[in-house]
Amino acid sequence: MNLILQHLVVLPVVVPLLSAAIMVLLPEERRTARVVLALVSVLIQLLIGAALLYLTSDAAPFIWPEGVGVYAIGNWAAPFGIVLVVDRLSAVMVTLGAVVSIATLVYSIARWDRPAQPFHSLFQLLTMGLNGAFLTGDLFNLFVFFEVLLASSYGLVLRGVGAERVRTGMHYIAVNLTASLLFLIGVALIYGIAGTLNMADLAGRAAALNPSDRALFDAGAAILGVAFLIKAGSWPLNFWLPGAYSVALAPVAAAFAMMTKVGLYAVLRVGTILQEDETLAAALFYVGLATLITASIGMLGAKHLARLVSFSLLASMGILLATFGLRMEALTGPLMYYMIVSVLTTSAFFMLTGMTDRTRITDPPVSKDEAPPPRPLYVAFGVRKPADYGIDEEVGIAIPAAMAFLGLMFVCCVLLVAGLPPLSGFVAKFALLATALRGAPQSGVPIETWTLCAAIILSGLAALIALSRIGMRLFWSVAARATPRLRVLEAAPVAALVLLCLVLTVAADPVARYLNTAARSLHQPDTYVHAVLAARSREEARRP
Amino acid sequence: MEMVYALVIGVLAGCGTWLLLRPRTFQVLLGLTLLSYATNIFIFGMGRLAVHKAPVIDASNSIDPAVYADPVPQALVLTAIVIGFATTALFLVVLIALRGLTGTDHVDGRESEE
Repeated sequence: MNLILQHLVVLPVVVPLLSAAIMVLLPEERRTARVVLALVSVLIQLLIGAALLYLTSDAAPFIWPEGVGVYAIGNWAAPFGIVLVVDRLSAVMVTLGAVVSIATLVYSIARWDRPAQPFHSLFQLLTMGLNGAFLTGDLFNLFVFFEVLLASSYGLVLRGVGAERVRTGMHYIAVNLTASLLFLIGVALIYGIAGTLNMADLAGRAAALNPSDRALFDAGAAILGVAFLIKAGSWPLNFWLPGAYSVALAPVAAAFAMMTKVGLYAVLRVGTILQEDETLAAALFYVGLATLITASIGMLGAKHLARLVSFSLLASMGILLATFGLRMEALTGPLMYYMIVSVLTTSAFFMLTGMTDRTRITDPPVSKDEAPPPRPLYVAFGVRKPADYGIDEEVGIAIPAAMAFLGLMFVCCVLLVAGLPPLSGFVAKFALLATALRGAPQSGVPIETWTLCAAIILSGLAALIALSRIGMRLFWSVAARATPRLRVLEAAPVAALVLLCLVLTVAADPVARYLNTAARSLHQPDTYVHAVLAARSREEARRP
Repeated sequence: MEMVYALVIGVLAGCGTWLLLRPRTFQVLLGLTLLSYATNIFIFGMGRLAVHKAPVIDASNSIDPAVYADPVPQALVLTAIVIGFATTALFLVVLIALRGLTGTDHVDGRESEE
């Protein structure tokens, strides 16, 4: 037990890595073994996430004194060795990632994971990259984990072949490769000036820089910020996102809902550690606002549900970035709450689009491009025949009243996206607006806050209009539609995520309290820095 | 030496950016490759340029940091090269797949109307 506790922080990285490696070694036809392995792996991740949540809270102060767990890889101490660090924010992100992984994995088992060989390995590596990015305490390792999750996402986004998928997939890959190069340039500049890449060590050194070096350091931080913002899907660097996400397979897009949040997490973490100056923060506000506005317009113009959901994902990123750009510490807690709700909602919504697409008798969004490609391509992709992606295979039990279920889930998702009561989308947006207005200075509410409030409310209205229009066409139109055959395996994850949002509404108070503590410790990186660097002095004390 | 070094980075990055914005997939691939070369050389330069300095500490010699080159950027470059190589290979596969599926090497999968 003590051994597990000691190595708990590294397990979210090791478990998916091991399971992915074992899957590669299994013979190709062992699908069941792969599925079981994948499910066990994500379940373990969820348990670890829950344990990390418990240990970083004040409930167990005897294990990690300040709620910050540090794991020195290879037992090399902090500024020279590589560390994994878990604090409240990391624990929340790891748990959220595991919840989304379980839901999308169960959903994909219904029929989307065939052929199973590359899918499950890639999925595990994606979760490994996510967990690693949330846990690492080192800028260069952040880059490496970003690459791990991006490389597996490249494989996942191309699943299903089809010219449209390959075309948007290539745009996605090109943009993200360029972003990775920017990331490297930023990291190199910061290393060249500060001489360290450990985030805790950087916090101290950045404050002690002399003014002549500071400009170059800020340039490095800004380039790094641009790389994060590309991953977070902020305007004007997000035109690849709706295309790539809306043609990806439904469970893949649902899993990707978590991926944009890695960019946001990096902005939050590095932004608070490096104590960015005011102009950069102001830029973040306007960039977020522009993202929100363009995404709202995109929602109104979208014709397909998957595309609309992609734009709603962008709108939520806009709200998050703009809120963080206001530089109000009290807002960070509600921001995290909104982020959790938005991840769960978008993920559920993407999975729902996979089911509603089946109601069309003719003209699914990508069908015109899915004319059988020339034979050699199947060989190149290791795909045997296109029927592998067909929907005719019977897995699980078909549930009755499919249309009623789809309609109910659709309404819930609309309520969540638009931010209407009684679901948690309303609580999240209300908390954001109320905190922003309450925290304003005595002299009056600044114009930025009013602009943000107006933009959030109007974007909710835009989402409502756009979604009602599509919903009416989908469920009420007179045109003949096939009643889809739903399987429990597909319906249950969507229902579970929506139910989780309902639980978040009821349990809003304890969740918000936890997140507010997380926000406070994020804005006072002293405990984080202290915990990371203290591990070293402990180590030195033990040596003769 | 610094001047030549900076010029090399500048020329590589400039050519890479231009090629990246071209409409043919192979040009984009070459652009990404050139840009990654520029980035790698830049990372290496961030460890400060030095001649006749080893990055690996010699145990028999004195342990004086001034005698050695900074090993960290060299390690970073190595990682970046490996990752860049793998992603370029993947991009090449996607490029060929798109060519096979659409019959054109335009990045949008169809020729622009002109």
